[in-house]
Amino acid sequence: MSKSTSVARISATEAALLAIARMQAERGPLMFVQSGGCCDGSLPLCFQAGELIVGDNDLLLGTVGGSAFYVDAQQDAAWGHPEFILDVAPGLPEGFSLPAGDAGHFITRSLVCAASLSPTS
Amino acid sequence: MAVATIKPDGAVETKPKSRAFVPPGQPGSIVSVKPRYDNFIGGKWVPPTSGKYSVNVTPVTGKAFTEVAASTPADVELALDAAHKAKVAWGQTSLAGRAAVLNKIADVMEANLEMLAVAESWENGKPVRETLAADLPLAIDHFRYFAGATRSLQSTLTEIDKDTIAYHFHEPLGVVGQIIPFNFPLLMAAWKMAPALAAGNCVVLKPASPTPWSILKFAELVQDIVPAGVINIVNGPGAEIGKALASNKRIAKIAFTGETVTGRLIMQYAAQNLIPVTLELGGKSPNIFFADVFDKDDEFLDKAIEGLVLYAFNKGEVCTAPSRALIQESIYDKFMARCLARIKQIKQGNSLDPETMLGPQVSAQQLQKVTSYVEIGLQEGAQLLTGGHRAGVNGEFKDGYYFEPTVLKGNNKMRVFQEEIFGPVLAVTTFKDEAEALAIANDTLYGLGAGVWTRDGSRAYRMGRAIQAGRVWTNCYHLYPAGAAFGGYKISGIGRETHQMMLEHYSQTKNLLVSYSPKALGFF
Repeated sequence: MSKSTSVARISATEAALLAIARMQAERGPLMFVQSGGCCDGSLPLCFQAGELIVGDNDLLLGTVGGSAFYVDAQQDAAWGHPEFILDVAPGLPEGFSLPAGDAGHFITRSLVCAASLSPTS
Repeated sequence: MAVATIKPDGAVETKPKSRAFVPPGQPGSIVSVKPRYDNFIGGKWVPPTSGKYSVNVTPVTGKAFTEVAASTPADVELALDAAHKAKVAWGQTSLAGRAAVLNKIADVMEANLEMLAVAESWENGKPVRETLAADLPLAIDHFRYFAGATRSLQSTLTEIDKDTIAYHFHEPLGVVGQIIPFNFPLLMAAWKMAPALAAGNCVVLKPASPTPWSILKFAELVQDIVPAGVINIVNGPGAEIGKALASNKRIAKIAFTGETVTGRLIMQYAAQNLIPVTLELGGKSPNIFFADVFDKDDEFLDKAIEGLVLYAFNKGEVCTAPSRALIQESIYDKFMARCLARIKQIKQGNSLDPETMLGPQVSAQQLQKVTSYVEIGLQEGAQLLTGGHRAGVNGEFKDGYYFEPTVLKGNNKMRVFQEEIFGPVLAVTTFKDEAEALAIANDTLYGLGAGVWTRDGSRAYRMGRAIQAGRVWTNCYHLYPAGAAFGGYKISGIGRETHQMMLEHYSQTKNLLVSYSPKALGFF
């Protein structure tokens, strides 16, 4: 799969869309950035829109519930350009991310792109 | 297993102990627990201005055992007030005076080593055998190391010419912010606090949200040792007070350990205030085993096998976890068979039982993440060699966040080889020769740690120099002595810790350029 694919690389579950709507009502516009590495790594971080200054190396994968979703382009490539599905899981976020409602945090589930697979050695 | 004490020569001595420690707060426990804990500000316990508290859960049973302050930015300001009030006196305290305080911190920690080790285990879930023998002895030694290092730090002067002298003095930065991760709540706090205090700074420290409490047990011990306001601890959500601290105009430096996007955010805040940062941001460290480790079936081979199994140390919640094992093809089958047999012997259960080797993940969130990574690995076609599921631990621990020690075999392009899982999940692959080993080792965005195992010293040196990582353990792994610099290449961070060079990171350089000549320059 290449970056130019027409398949949406980011989508959201019903629960995530509800949480986004609720957080937007409380906090205003939001943004998501897929993180990687260390304690809270590999989670999508939810910020108020504009909180993280995005640069040329941040890939805009699309929008979810009206909020932009970014991933670092190199990280995305290292991960094999997966398709991300934004969802909600119980428990407050552990780092700088905003929560998903009162007692939840955002997570990404991802579908592995079949074309990026290589056989197990 | 064992109870650890530090001998006069600095070695850690362990003596057998077979019974599990009583959980903190229960009758007979060596750790007392108050129903709730305030912030530690200006040497006093200060309630959060919001009046709100959050429950604190132990991952061992999944149950709440105390409450901690749910602070807001107003509490960060109180902590900064206290730190600024203390900074002049602390910054002007003699080196001997500062070193004495650091040594007293170490002494009181050592006198309470078991208590802190049990608290840390209950807080984070890590096995008490690790906190007794590693976390606490290392944290204690860290304060002693920087007590010594600060005494030996030399200022310099340069004789520009016979009448002109450039004097260089180290001066404290003032008040610094420090954000601590959940994986080693006390040790990472020691890594950051010890050099900052030694260099004459006051700190405002934010513990990780899942592990807010054990550092408060530390604060209870040092309350009467450290001058008021020199150490301040504020608990609460990262999105609120982490930002309030990191973006504050009143800090002179920010140090952070955590993940990459937050690292960027911290740098961005620091850029806005033009202050320095130290960042330690994770890794996906390769642990490389050359065929010659199997030349003999001896102590060294046994050490190498343990070296692979160290991926399960601290349940894999280590930024430098050796989470990618690269094994030379020719020994793969027999070496892996020995490693899997060793992994099968891992005892999982009550973290407070000194026999337990693998505790629960720190939180339900982390357990969920680890589980989903194994699913991703299997989807990608990785082969499950052992584990792969939430571990069934019975009785009072059935709700603890336990995950089986897991090994996935695959190739380095798979996501489980590229993403930091932060759990007891090893991704293993093979290589043909040294060149391929090096290529795979460096095929990662990260560069924090690496391990090289070989009986060939020249190869070890070549590999160690060529691997793009800040720390290359050679014929060892997971040693963290004070005196060996630790930090990342590539996106694993900026700056080094655990070495006296940290004193420079926590100091300003004052240059006095002095002319002893009476003669004018002659321009005007």
